[in-house]
Amino acid sequence: MSEFLRQYLTVAIFGGAAILMVALMLGVGRLVRPTRPQGQKYLNYECGVDPVGSGWSQSHVRYYIFALLFVMFDVEAVFIFPWAVRLDAMAVFGLVEMTIFIVVLALGLLYAWRKGVLRWI
Amino acid sequence: MIAAVAQVQPGQPLQLPHVDWVTIGPAGIFFVGGLAMLLAGVFLRRRVPRGLWSGTTVVIAVLALWPAFHLWHQIASGGARTAIADAVVVDGFSIFIDVVIISAVVMAALLTDGYLRRENLEGTEFYVLMLFSASGGMLMASANDLIVVFLGLEILSIALYTLAGFQQRREGSQEAAIKYFVLGAFSSAFFLYGIALVYGSTGSTNLGVIADFLRTNSLTNGLLLGGFALLIVGLGFKVAAVPFHMWTPDVYQGSPTPATAFMAAVAKAAGFAALLRLFVSTFNTYRLDWQPIVWALAVLSLLVGSVLAVVQTDVKRMLAYSSIAHAGYVLVGFQTASNRGVAGALFYLFAYAFMIVGSFAVVTLVSGRGDTDASLDAFRGLSSRRPALAFVFTIFLLAQTGVPLTSGFLAKFYVISAAVEAHSYALAIIAMIAAVIAAFFYLRLIVVMYMAAPAAEGEEAAPTARIPIAVGAGMSLTIAVGFTLVVGFLPASVFDFARHATLLKL
Repeated sequence: MSEFLRQYLTVAIFGGAAILMVALMLGVGRLVRPTRPQGQKYLNYECGVDPVGSGWSQSHVRYYIFALLFVMFDVEAVFIFPWAVRLDAMAVFGLVEMTIFIVVLALGLLYAWRKGVLRWI
Repeated sequence: MIAAVAQVQPGQPLQLPHVDWVTIGPAGIFFVGGLAMLLAGVFLRRRVPRGLWSGTTVVIAVLALWPAFHLWHQIASGGARTAIADAVVVDGFSIFIDVVIISAVVMAALLTDGYLRRENLEGTEFYVLMLFSASGGMLMASANDLIVVFLGLEILSIALYTLAGFQQRREGSQEAAIKYFVLGAFSSAFFLYGIALVYGSTGSTNLGVIADFLRTNSLTNGLLLGGFALLIVGLGFKVAAVPFHMWTPDVYQGSPTPATAFMAAVAKAAGFAALLRLFVSTFNTYRLDWQPIVWALAVLSLLVGSVLAVVQTDVKRMLAYSSIAHAGYVLVGFQTASNRGVAGALFYLFAYAFMIVGSFAVVTLVSGRGDTDASLDAFRGLSSRRPALAFVFTIFLLAQTGVPLTSGFLAKFYVISAAVEAHSYALAIIAMIAAVIAAFFYLRLIVVMYMAAPAAEGEEAAPTARIPIAVGAGMSLTIAVGFTLVVGFLPASVFDFARHATLLKL
């Protein structure tokens, strides 16, 4: 095996050990524990008392919008970090370039604001 | 530029490229115009005059012709060149594709006005998405670097995914958007993998550097060929070439019809622009390797597109399969890898854009509120309800068949004559056979429009409701039919334009 591939041996062993550990923990548990299925054991857990109502609930759509906007601005931040590291070498050109980028995204935010998407209710 | 960064010490200024804004003028105007429209739409929410947004989009599109014109003259006097750190190329080819895309945007924008009002989807979003998508397409056409091609491809595609799902009430539209998005994301991943393999085998993503490397070195492993295959898969999806065409009928049928008109013209033009530049120009030294693949793709697209369209009963699906066949014709021109072939392919894309936007414009008008009914029955007896509409649709269908005195005939002629000149006789014969097969379903639609048989027992009578034709749609149809007929009679100037729209010699 070449030197290049040998470096990946560590990765393979590490991955194999992880899989083995999980398999052991779950497998030994399955072998050792008793199986006495009882209907009440499969009820939804609701702090120890009898569950009331169905197990599924609906989330309000406002959470989706905020998650979506978060992802967009998080990705924007991810692009800004490396730029910030090398800004001194890029001088005014880099500043203007990133300003344009941020302005375009800010315009998107402005659009979302005017569309009423940022209302919490 | 990446090499420059690696050598610089912290604190030392980088060698930054000079940005010649005119070279990305058309795409830039579309992009800035789209942003401006987006904000205007959201700040001017009270009563706006009818057709304001449609008119603004047309103005932005026509404005983009000014830098295109300026660059064409620059190229005519100074020759084609690269710009912005060799990332963007300025040659006749990219200007031609810009003009094709601008024409398609003008026609689609005019068409959309009445449609949005009819479907209660008013607002600027549709136009903004069209503008952004078109700007991505234009960037793809002028790219000189594989990463810039990918950038353009993504800008083009993502806006199109949203356009496909614009009509949220209709289930078909949601289905089209999901299918297009999932399959498009996969094909972009294939394209990116292709870029990685080409980079791995040649050492650069810049098309000029790649072409130089391939001219001076001979590669022995198959890495580059793997890259070719994956790039063809990625772009073949975009242009609906045959084994990668599965999304086309469902997406064309489900999307709002003006969006279908737009994507049929623009996505194909941009996709073929990238294909032609990458393979005919950059990978020219390896053309014996990729020409057989494209030959197979062309034959399959021609035959599968034509044959499957014969059995369709929904006109939108039929037009979708027929545009797969049209992609086959452009692939015939692509396969020749000659200047005649590229000129023929460009002429075909230009003529096809008008024909297909016109056809889908007619379908938009006939399918009625809700955009649900575009079956053959909806067109029954159209000649008595709206004779002008039926006549115009007849012209588009005859043009798509390749009947003389329409631009479609000349488009097929140029492409097939390029194939004959390059001694691909089998391909030329198959293209002509496919044209004959395709004639069946185009003529069938014309017959249905003009000779509606009286309703038999138990069948529904032909629809008799009056079809409202909005002013914008009328203008769009006039432009499309005008171009198709005028170029059918006098093709010389457009063909000269296509012949002078040469790729930069890399």
